Parts: sequence; C-alpha cells; structure tokens
Amino acid sequence: MKKLLAAFLLGFIGYYLYTAFAGVPFGENKMEVGKDYLETTVPKTGAVNTVTSIVVNYRGFDTLGEVTVLFLAATGLGAILFGMKGKPEDKHREPSSILTTGAKALFPIIVLLGAYIFIHGHLTPGGGFQGGTIIATGVLILILGIKSFHANHALLSVMESLAGITFVVAGILGLAFGKNFLENILPLGTPGQVLSAGIIPIIYIAVGFKVGAELAGVLDTLMSTTRGEE
Amino acid sequence: MILLQWTLTPELLYQAGTGILLFLLVVAAIFSVVQKDLLMAIVGTSLVSLILSVLFLLLHAPDVALTEAAIGVALTTAIFLIALRKTGRYEE
Repeated sequence: MKKLLAAFLLGFIGYYLYTAFAGVPFGENKMEVGKDYLETTVPKTGAVNTVTSIVVNYRGFDTLGEVTVLFLAATGLGAILFGMKGKPEDKHREPSSILTTGAKALFPIIVLLGAYIFIHGHLTPGGGFQGGTIIATGVLILILGIKSFHANHALLSVMESLAGITFVVAGILGLAFGKNFLENILPLGTPGQVLSAGIIPIIYIAVGFKVGAELAGVLDTLMSTTRGEE
Repeated sequence: MILLQWTLTPELLYQAGTGILLFLLVVAAIFSVVQKDLLMAIVGTSLVSLILSVLFLLLHAPDVALTEAAIGVALTTAIFLIALRKTGRYEE
C-alpha cells in the first residue's frame, strides 16, 4: 500500500514536472536575466568578472549574511570545543623533516596565491571566499608540519572583526551618501584594472581576511583538541 | 566503414572527457558510500570533489571550480580526517 502510494505520488509529480518543462528547449539560452547581467554588468558595476559583480554588488546583502553565517558557525564550534582537551596519551608521530621543510617553503606561496585571488576578485575567477579558504589551507599545512605552531587567536579575532567592520562600513557609506545600503559610491574606473569597480575590491579583500581568519581559527581549535594539548 | 569517417574533433574530445569524468564521479561516490573503512570513504568523497571541480572547469564555471577545489578537496577532507582521528576508523 505504501509503495503504491509512493509510486502514485512519483507519477503525479513526474507528470506535472514534465508538462511544466516540456516546452523549454534543452540546453538553449532562454534566460532573460542572465543575458541582461552578461550585457550590462561591465558598464554598470565596472567589474569584469560577472560572478563577482553579482555576488558583491547586486547580491551584496546576501554575501553579508553568508559571512555572518560562517562567523556564527566558527563561534559555535569554538564554544563547543572550548576547554576540551585531547587525551594526554594520545601520541602522534613527529612530523618528518620533509613535511616541516615543505610546510615552511610552501606557506608563503599559498598565502600569496590566496591574496592574489581575493585582491583580483573582480578581474579573475575567485574572490574573498576562495582566497580565504586557500589561506586557511596554508595555515593547515603549517599546523601539520610544525609541531610547536599555534595560531595567535587574539590576532585572528582582531583581523576578523576589522574585516567585518570594513564590510558593514562600506555598506553604510552608501546610506550616508543618500543611496541604498551597499550602493557603489566610489568611482568605477576603467574596467580591467586592479583599482576599478568601486567598493567591490574593498569588500572582497575584507571578506578574504574574514574567511581566512575564521577558517584558520577553526582548524587550529580542532587540531589542538585532538593533539592532546590545550 | 563508419568508424573510419569518425574524425576526432575538439568538441568530441570535450564531450568524451566530460562523459568519462561523469562516470568516474558516480563510481567514486558509490565507492565512498559502500566502503566500511572510513578513511577510504573520506578519500572517496575527496575524489568526488576533485572530479567535480574539473567538471566545473570544463563547464566554464571557474569560480565554482575554485571553490570546490579549495573547500571540497582540501578543507573538508582535513576536517573529516581530524574528526576521524577523534573517533574510530572502522564503521560498526
């Protein structure tokens, strides 16, 4: 009986989905909104990368919400793991000298790549989230490779707060000039240059710092609770 | 004779590559679900992310590919591995 009902429901939903989408030709570009974005985004926002212009400019408020969600997740994890210690007998092997040397050599290059990705977020693929994550990966390599390494949590939280404040202030500046929240009030410049697209690079650099600091803090907290140290 | 007329155009290569990657994606996903050894399962999910990232690049979505490579391949795997060390390696 249950299976019969499930089959009937599936058929019902399938039939209506089919009738809804039968008229849409597969793989053809029928979306008016997408076309409009692709055509008007460069003169309107000054950002060559359309994805960035949508994420930071048209949907800037959404991005602020996403950053807040990430912050809350990191805070919650820290609250759960606070005071937790790993077992002292939980021994693990010393990192080999290859890993230590490799970590020291790779860390600056990874940070440079991450910084490049979020500074050029309005020109090339990627942006604050991707760049920040790459920097956190670099910190992970340091944690794995150097046994005595500990992230400076005070510095991380200061960096994160400053980045968050920068994002909100950039939004409020739009209100101060009598326009909408997160409105692009700076001059757009020539599309394709690093100093262009108004507040987009500022916001993406802030997002990059914030995401990098948060994820690095999360990784360090997690690693130190499994390591058997405080 | 039909096989001889079959020319190797870039478009065909692109489609064949996408098809092979999609097949491998499904295989890796099933592997990571079926696997009892959780370490191998984590390697499987990481492989899924890696293939997905290449697929996103082939489908002209470099932004998503970067995100998938950084978060799916590197960070999620690391967090899963840390969690695995706290718990047991084998599924009961």
